[in-house]
Amino acid sequence: MSLRIQEPRVPKTIDAAAPEGGLAPAPVSPTSGSGIRGFLQSRGSSSFADSTFRWLMLLSALSIFAIVGLIFVELVSHSQITLARFGYKFFVGSAWDPVNDNFGALPFIYGTIVSSVVSLVIAVPLAVGVAVFLTEMCPKAMRGILSFLTELLAAIPSVVYGLWGIFVLVPLLRGYIDPVLIALLGWTGLFVRPDFGIGLFAAGVILAIMILPIISSLTREVMNAVPHTQREAVLALGATRWEMIRMGVLRNARIGIVGSIILGLGRALGETMAVAMVIGSSPTITKSLLAPAATMASVIANEFAEAADDTYRSALIEIGLALFIVTIIVNILARLLVWAVTRGAPARAN
Amino acid sequence: MATMANPLRSSTANRRWRSFTNHAATWLAVGSTILVIAPLVAIFLDLVYKGASSLNLAFFLKLPVPPGESGGGMVNAIIGSVVVLALASLMGVPVGIAGGIYLSEFGRGTKLSNVVRFTADVLNGVPSIVMGIAVYGLIVAPTKTFSAFAGGVVLGIMMIPTVARTTEEMMLMVPHSIREAALGLGVPNWRSVLSIALRTAMPGVITGCMLAFARIAGETAPLLFTAFGNPFISTALNQPIEALPLQIYVYALGPYDDWHRLAWAGSLVLIVLIVVSVALVRFVTTRGVLKGAN
Amino acid sequence: MGVGIEVNSLNAWYGANHTLQDITLHIPANEATALIGPSGCGKSTFVRCLNRMHETNPIAKVTGEVKIGGQDIYSDTSAVEVRRRIGMVFQRPNPFPTMSIYDNVASGLRLNGYRNRRVLDEVVERSLSHAALWEEVKNDLKKKSGASLSGGQQQRLCIARALAVDPEVLLMDEPASALDPVSTAKIEDLIFQLKTQYTIVIVTHNMQQAARVAERTGFFLNGKLVEFDSTHKIFTNPGDKRTEDYITGRFG
Repeated sequence: MSLRIQEPRVPKTIDAAAPEGGLAPAPVSPTSGSGIRGFLQSRGSSSFADSTFRWLMLLSALSIFAIVGLIFVELVSHSQITLARFGYKFFVGSAWDPVNDNFGALPFIYGTIVSSVVSLVIAVPLAVGVAVFLTEMCPKAMRGILSFLTELLAAIPSVVYGLWGIFVLVPLLRGYIDPVLIALLGWTGLFVRPDFGIGLFAAGVILAIMILPIISSLTREVMNAVPHTQREAVLALGATRWEMIRMGVLRNARIGIVGSIILGLGRALGETMAVAMVIGSSPTITKSLLAPAATMASVIANEFAEAADDTYRSALIEIGLALFIVTIIVNILARLLVWAVTRGAPARAN
Repeated sequence: MATMANPLRSSTANRRWRSFTNHAATWLAVGSTILVIAPLVAIFLDLVYKGASSLNLAFFLKLPVPPGESGGGMVNAIIGSVVVLALASLMGVPVGIAGGIYLSEFGRGTKLSNVVRFTADVLNGVPSIVMGIAVYGLIVAPTKTFSAFAGGVVLGIMMIPTVARTTEEMMLMVPHSIREAALGLGVPNWRSVLSIALRTAMPGVITGCMLAFARIAGETAPLLFTAFGNPFISTALNQPIEALPLQIYVYALGPYDDWHRLAWAGSLVLIVLIVVSVALVRFVTTRGVLKGAN
Repeated sequence: MGVGIEVNSLNAWYGANHTLQDITLHIPANEATALIGPSGCGKSTFVRCLNRMHETNPIAKVTGEVKIGGQDIYSDTSAVEVRRRIGMVFQRPNPFPTMSIYDNVASGLRLNGYRNRRVLDEVVERSLSHAALWEEVKNDLKKKSGASLSGGQQQRLCIARALAVDPEVLLMDEPASALDPVSTAKIEDLIFQLKTQYTIVIVTHNMQQAARVAERTGFFLNGKLVEFDSTHKIFTNPGDKRTEDYITGRFG
């Protein structure tokens, strides 16, 4: 059975099907009478479709830039009032007084920084500990389950953390943990009564739980990026396992670990719901970590709906603008550090 | 290396110290892992215990009842979430996939694609509340109403970086030989990318979308000033709408025990949805389900 | 019927690497022409210039003239249109993994917009028969995926896929090098049958294969076409010493 015969070939079946098949008129090629050839030749070069396709895909990729630009433009344009009125004093004034139209954002900057620092102090040792355990010490069989579980921590929504915070963590702190802290560390002035369980410390604890998975998984990534030869070299000198980890792995992965910590910091700075639910929402600056406070994100969440006049709203949006800029800078710094160690491998810890 | 004791000179005390630190380090590492897993287990147990007992049919079918009365449900929040998430996916998924296609098909190795990728990662770190007030300024302020549409826009925008990155990764895994086969047949590039390469990468692309979806499903902050909330069932795009995380937030902060009960139930529903998505993603990516494409 | 290929002063580059230098030859219609030479001599690049696949690489560059059936494929028409008239079979079988056998064979037509079901059925059957695969797969056309076949079967599937678009020329880049001897023999038999209807250009590492299937043979070395003549002459009485050295195995 041959595909073609010598005379101009238009198989009866193709002919009869011409109306449905939509075949084109006379083919360009000098040799064929084949219907298929004719059809294909009529299809053209698709150059218009190809370039349109490419443009659409390019525009979609550029939308990322558009989004960042859009956010910035919206934040700036809607905070004009307070930008013009207070200038830089907005960020050093400690009086947040909507009633009298006086806006100073320092209490929120304080709250943000302190709660983030507390969360890092708690989270970093634990995250590095988990990372070390999972990468260097854990039996292979358990690794999958345990890393899945730490990933799950990252998947829990902020509001659910907040809910758990209000009804489980805060009573726990108030009843058992804070009294111990007050007794042991009260002399520092950081843990003094009155204590209701809520406040900067509670926010710090919840934040720690939330940023832990990011720091841990990125630390694991940079630790895995350290070549085995480094580990072997240290072991060959008679080091114990911990010494091998400390000198062969952690020392080399230092920069990346710092990067992952900064990334965790970035997340802590912007975390809103869980913090808003346990921090007590008080625009004050107090030395005690057990006192109610507020962060930049939490004050926006808690007060925006009630902000009746334009100035109030502008003040809150200006806080949002500051938060935006700070988190972008922190994230860029963090990503550059992590990238320097892992050379651009995909960062899944978002 | 300078800080390490010369092993040739190890005295018994030195060796004992090093052995001690080695064991201590192991215990600390194990301890941290336990300390980390513990709140996770605690949270899940609490959710199941407090949430499951309040989870009945009424939860899924009834509207919230006036405070003080019992027996209400969160059907408005569930429907609202479905609407807003559907809107968000409709906007975020195509743009994200298209962006990922650009990065893998046209921008491979170019400076532009490196910057796009970096920016996408940075964008993922922007607090969601900031996104929320930006969209407030963009849509809610000019239209003078909170709306489901605004909620869909902000969540859709949040999906784009994640979807684009995972799409790019999955498309890069499609072997070059398959694309060559398509081009060799005289198939135009756009057709080859969509019908051959994307189709081969589809399982991975879908799981990337599910990851992004699971992430935005639990977001509250961006909806505070866009979707805003609504005590009734509403599907109108230009009206305020309720969403599950929003409702949980309001109920958690409220003074009524019944509201708290509903908040736990809602959280359980949310968690189940998210855990299923995350588990599926893990299953697909670790089993390497790219059918025969190696 | 196949068509003849005329190549004039073809030069090709990969970035700064001048892979093909001033190639001129005429490939006759309805014959099998073999291209032989050591690794890296440019024969694969040459073949990929014939259906403009070489330029899919961003750092690739081509100058010169290639006329297929009298039409200059670089200046008179677009790459996509050229590739529809020329079929290509690659070194490693590359069936589309997400498609069934039927869909694979029909893909060249379908992806270009052809819809007629009845004609597609016929084309698929004819193409698979021509590729000597029909009997083995006729009951599993839509049930089995292209990737589930054996290596030799996959390659015949790729041949059927290429034939389905009714090309004038069939390019084969070491089509049997990844296959076992039995499959290789089957493919060589195929070439014998196919060359009555198509013009075939086959790149091969295997000189015995060239001797078995091709009327003409070209010997490439370091990007240049050293000799191009009837297969018989090349293998019994080569004109160039370099050809003789290669044939007798003095180098790679």
